[in-house]
Amino acid sequence: MKIFVCVKQIPDPNTVESKLDPATKRLVRTGVSLVLDPGDETTIAAAIKLRDSLGNSELTAISMGPASAQEALRRALAMGVDRAILISDSALAGSDVLGTARTLAAALKRENPDLIFCSTESTDGYTGMVPGAIAEFLGLPQLTFAREINVEGTKAVIKRVTQTGYEVVESPLPAVVTIASGSFEAIYPTMKGIMSARKKPFSQLSLSDLGLDPSQVGEAGAREQVLSIGKAEARAAGQIIKDEGNAAEIIADFLQRHQLL
Amino acid sequence: MDFQTSEEHTLIRESVRQLASRYGLEYWREKDRQHAFPEELWQELARAGWLGTIIPERYGGAGMGLLEMAIVVEEMAASGAGATIAQLFMMTPVFGALTILRHGSEEQRERYLPALARGEFDFSMALTEPDAGSDTLATKTLARRRGDEYVISGQKVWISGVDRAGGMLLVARTTPLEEAPRRTFGLSLFLVDPRSPGVSHQPLEKVGTHCVTSSMVFIDELVVPKTALIGEEGEGWKYLVDTLNSERIVTTAGCVGAGELAIKLAVDYANARMVFGQKIGRHQAIQFPLARLKAEIEMARLMNYKAAWLLDHHLPCAAEANMAKMVAAEAAFNACDQAMQTLGGYGFSTEYHIERLWRDVRLFRLAPISQEMVLNYIAQHVLGLPRSY
Repeated sequence: MKIFVCVKQIPDPNTVESKLDPATKRLVRTGVSLVLDPGDETTIAAAIKLRDSLGNSELTAISMGPASAQEALRRALAMGVDRAILISDSALAGSDVLGTARTLAAALKRENPDLIFCSTESTDGYTGMVPGAIAEFLGLPQLTFAREINVEGTKAVIKRVTQTGYEVVESPLPAVVTIASGSFEAIYPTMKGIMSARKKPFSQLSLSDLGLDPSQVGEAGAREQVLSIGKAEARAAGQIIKDEGNAAEIIADFLQRHQLL
Repeated sequence: MDFQTSEEHTLIRESVRQLASRYGLEYWREKDRQHAFPEELWQELARAGWLGTIIPERYGGAGMGLLEMAIVVEEMAASGAGATIAQLFMMTPVFGALTILRHGSEEQRERYLPALARGEFDFSMALTEPDAGSDTLATKTLARRRGDEYVISGQKVWISGVDRAGGMLLVARTTPLEEAPRRTFGLSLFLVDPRSPGVSHQPLEKVGTHCVTSSMVFIDELVVPKTALIGEEGEGWKYLVDTLNSERIVTTAGCVGAGELAIKLAVDYANARMVFGQKIGRHQAIQFPLARLKAEIEMARLMNYKAAWLLDHHLPCAAEANMAKMVAAEAAFNACDQAMQTLGGYGFSTEYHIERLWRDVRLFRLAPISQEMVLNYIAQHVLGLPRSY
């Protein structure tokens, strides 16, 4: 079975305070420490678990990004992924959800995948729309918020996280699956994993390899337009209720007013 | 000269940090309190392959060098372990794996290295004696040849981890000093099982590094086969040099990590603690000592990488390894002491962890070589001054 996992390199959420460039209105990614998205580490763990349980399967990590993104892919290889593909092209700079999904889908299509893993959302942009768009471009079903995934014959079966528990959802293969964050224990690279990563296949593709025109992606192909950026409103100070015998009543009224009761 | 950090080094650092984060300050505080070996952590390090860092791939290791091991030890120390983690890495990966890899026979390599890489058993080294510490050549433990065997008797002291070791690098004289044609001749190295009849040990009470025992070891007519000898009889001093330089490199890495951790704890506290209406970190009296120690720690780190690089390339590195160790041990101790000063009374409490780091790191101004012996070495071998002792 050919399994793919889409990953992304992002500014380290543990050490970098996210900043937006007022001129480009994009997240500042230069001059900051970049890492494999921690959410993707969980998704890779889920994909590795499935690959190992299925046997006779190959897991490939795929990413779109600048040359530095190969470090994130090397980490994925060190974690146990078998092969990596980086799509890198200067024309991809400024890609929106559509451009990103179009590019990833074009690369995935060449590979005839059986199953494509994505994180529910990235830890920098948080749009959560790329996986759905990839599924759409490839004409595949999408299974979302999986906390467990199995392959039964020609079907993918997941436990989908809901507010009250989970529901079992299945779809024919091939399919796109998004993993609910925190559902799988992250794995860290071992010394042998790091050593073997250097010997694993690593390929780099450009737009022309994918048969895409620069006008379809990047700034040129973007359909999203960021009109303005601004700071989120600071949380207002809370209301302190002094209990003069009627505090419970006031709190109940407050909750009712906000339809919380 | 290329100071660019390689992708692999970054990965090693991140991965070790991730693993170590599950065994943070509280874990080590508890192990220290219980005087217990960090078994769970050690097994996890073995499973993830970190104990086989310098063991070649054909023996089940990762085939990297001392430079990579120094990075592993630094990160472990800085993540909460403090300098005592260096002792753990000295015992098995250095005394055991490195010595056998560099100077053992093929049979010895095949017998020991895969098991050490898998963490199946630990090693210790029996070098120091009551009357032969810095003066290794004055070793009195004697190994007498009897047919295809050696019969060994003597006494060792300050032997780390012997209580749980499955292997021991034993340093003994096969030619007594007074009969040796030259002082450096007559030492021999043996691979022995410390659980054998004829070996007993008694732990010593000490100030710190409570996760690792330090013991008196009594060797009484221990019989070992000829195949336990490493390399040629009487040439052990030549082989020990690599082991001892590696020991210093690992010590320095532990001190660098411990110093880094102490400075971090002090900075975090100084940035939060309000006295007289302002954060104490605003005062230069707090800032300057920490800033100076940070510079010293970074210099020790750099010199240590140089020493490790030289050793990995089979080049002489004694001067560099000794200098790095001296600077690191001093800076790390001062960093822990200054951190305690920064935290004031809280620094004296076990709850704030500094006192453990302070107790543990104190050892490394004495061992594996005293600061004074490093100065002797530099004066004599680097500066060309007469031997003073």
